[in-house]
Amino acid sequence: MDPKLTETEPEIAVPNRANDGSERVLVLEAGRSAQRYWRDIWDYRELFGILAWRDVSVQYKQTVIGVSWAILRPLLTMIVFTVLFGRLGNLPSDGQAPYPVMVMAGMLAWFLFSTVLSQASNSLIQNTNLISKVYFPRLIVPAASSVVALVDALFTLVVLFLLMFWFGFFPNWQIAFLPLFFVFGMLAPLGPALILAALNVKYRDFRFIVPFVVQFGLYVSPVGFSSSVVPDQWRLLYSLNPAVGVIDGFRWCLLGGQSELYLPGLAVSVLSMIVFLWVGIKSFRSVERTFADLI
Amino acid sequence: MSSDIVIRAEGIGKKYLIGHKTAQRDNTMRDTLMRSLAGMGRSFADLARGKPIISGDEIEEFWALKDLDFEIRAGEVVGVIGANGAGKSTLLKVLSRITELSEGRLTIKGRVASLLEVGTGFHPELTGRENIYLNGAILGMTHKEIKSKFDEIVDFAGVEKFVDTPVKRYSSGMYVRLAFSVAGHLEPEILIVDEVLAVGDVEFQRKCLGRMETLSKGGRTILFVSHNLNSISNLCSRALVLDQGHCVNDGAVPDGIETFLSLLTRDQSALNERSMELRSGPIERVAVKIAGTSEVRGDLETGMPAEFQVTASAREDIPGAACRIILYSMDGAEIFRSASRPYWSVPWSLSRMPATATLQMPNLPLTPGEYLLGIMLEVPYERTLFEDSRFCKIVVKPPVSSAVELPNFFPASPLWPEHKWTI
Repeated sequence: MDPKLTETEPEIAVPNRANDGSERVLVLEAGRSAQRYWRDIWDYRELFGILAWRDVSVQYKQTVIGVSWAILRPLLTMIVFTVLFGRLGNLPSDGQAPYPVMVMAGMLAWFLFSTVLSQASNSLIQNTNLISKVYFPRLIVPAASSVVALVDALFTLVVLFLLMFWFGFFPNWQIAFLPLFFVFGMLAPLGPALILAALNVKYRDFRFIVPFVVQFGLYVSPVGFSSSVVPDQWRLLYSLNPAVGVIDGFRWCLLGGQSELYLPGLAVSVLSMIVFLWVGIKSFRSVERTFADLI
Repeated sequence: MSSDIVIRAEGIGKKYLIGHKTAQRDNTMRDTLMRSLAGMGRSFADLARGKPIISGDEIEEFWALKDLDFEIRAGEVVGVIGANGAGKSTLLKVLSRITELSEGRLTIKGRVASLLEVGTGFHPELTGRENIYLNGAILGMTHKEIKSKFDEIVDFAGVEKFVDTPVKRYSSGMYVRLAFSVAGHLEPEILIVDEVLAVGDVEFQRKCLGRMETLSKGGRTILFVSHNLNSISNLCSRALVLDQGHCVNDGAVPDGIETFLSLLTRDQSALNERSMELRSGPIERVAVKIAGTSEVRGDLETGMPAEFQVTASAREDIPGAACRIILYSMDGAEIFRSASRPYWSVPWSLSRMPATATLQMPNLPLTPGEYLLGIMLEVPYERTLFEDSRFCKIVVKPPVSSAVELPNFFPASPLWPEHKWTI
């Protein structure tokens, strides 16, 4: 490079070949992208971070009450469910836990689950311009959009703690396992979401199906009631819905030992999560190469 | 791989599968619904088996790129030319990894960035500062890199005062400047530029070209795709000519341009005329035929006579109509516009019987290349009857006769009126 050039055009820097591994040689061959897939995901971790940050910071822009939405939605639903199932339906709570606290703990888990499901399955079509113009492992998009759900859930957790304080009800040592169930609560919906996201690229019908599934799931999953009201002989089958395991787990962590953990059910839910995740990632990867051509 | 080759393509090809619907009449809504659902079911099956999803009952293979071999060395500026659908964009997509190869092997050394990604991922709700980080990360810069160049980027874009304003409040000029500034501060080993010169204002185009020149002088490799033959011949040292997915010429720029023009004129008859039926509205049919008076094939040639015939029929009687012809360069800039009734002198009567309006030019003042022809039928100051600014493509060839002089092979402008120098 001509040294004079750098003087006259200061904005053009001298190639700094040392700093970013730019000597990397990339070999592209038909059907060989699979080999470096997971390494690519690791290489693009900064993009994951920044996309997650974008989704979180954009979420409540130009809303009047902003983050309060993250608190208000579960709070209002909790009140309705407490009246509906607790007062009118006279369903029992978990042990000695106040009914609203029990519902709120389930609500926290359910909103985490359902927000990941709906955000991730819509994420690809919301990022059409990225997908059709830049390369990166596409798995980053649904994964990053799930972070929004985590942030919302943390706000809800604060509300739950306030509610507990109000009722004078405190969690026990089980709360130490909560982070584990947060991970479970995010991974469980990701499997189905990946399948839906891939189908969404081709069939926008799924954009309408997902909200319906979420609404339906709110009543089918043990959100407004304790899963202990489900007859014993059905409980194992009921746990095939991974949301059941997530909700039960959250209640066990948060309700200070008042909620019993039905271990076979949890095992079934975890197993169902693993199967969904495996199928989800597999089908997502098999079609992601064609996203740019289809979207 | 020898040390200075940065891109090596060995027999690369890209296949698209196109689905066709078999011609079946769906008589009832139930039939339509059943067929759509069956298609969706098939897609589920494809997804489960790990095959790409394609709609349609018959599947046809289409090779957008086929058997492409080339090597590009560090510091070369390579122009990629080809008609629409020749495979230029597919090649760029393959190089920037947006889409995957179907066959062959492609070796790339160094980071690839493309100027077709200007502004990709900008989020209107985020501030200028936030968007610089976001866009930078999307284009492949690390956080550290962006941080060190942040002030330069802001300076270059001239948006210091508005760094913390959401970009949705930016003027479109500021927006483009910021977007370009981020892309321009990338330091890729290989830069891909695709037709960006067609968007943005003159200032922006100048900046793009300037940036490309500086980069190439700095030893970076550039792939430049454009319809603008002038920019190609000004900037590039080598040209790849694509035709139907194959590389038909790889060498010096003038040779490449010549090959390209001969390709265009190969099926010229189809290009220089077009007719169009309209299902509704006052106009029933519009047809355009453009003919040069060249003895060979009626080609249009620089500096030679040319005739534009517009034939139209209407569904009603329209006595006071006028025809307007507009010529655009391929990048959309208007070159010439003329109406058949500039002074209310010769009204054109349209009726069910086809009527023809003819525009004659004694010596066509256009340099060789492709242009777009726009047609507008109107009743002046009353209503527009028909409007299509891309009615058909026309191709101008270098003149066969030596009477017309073309001093440089490709002068820097589309316009080439008859003129003379006196010294």
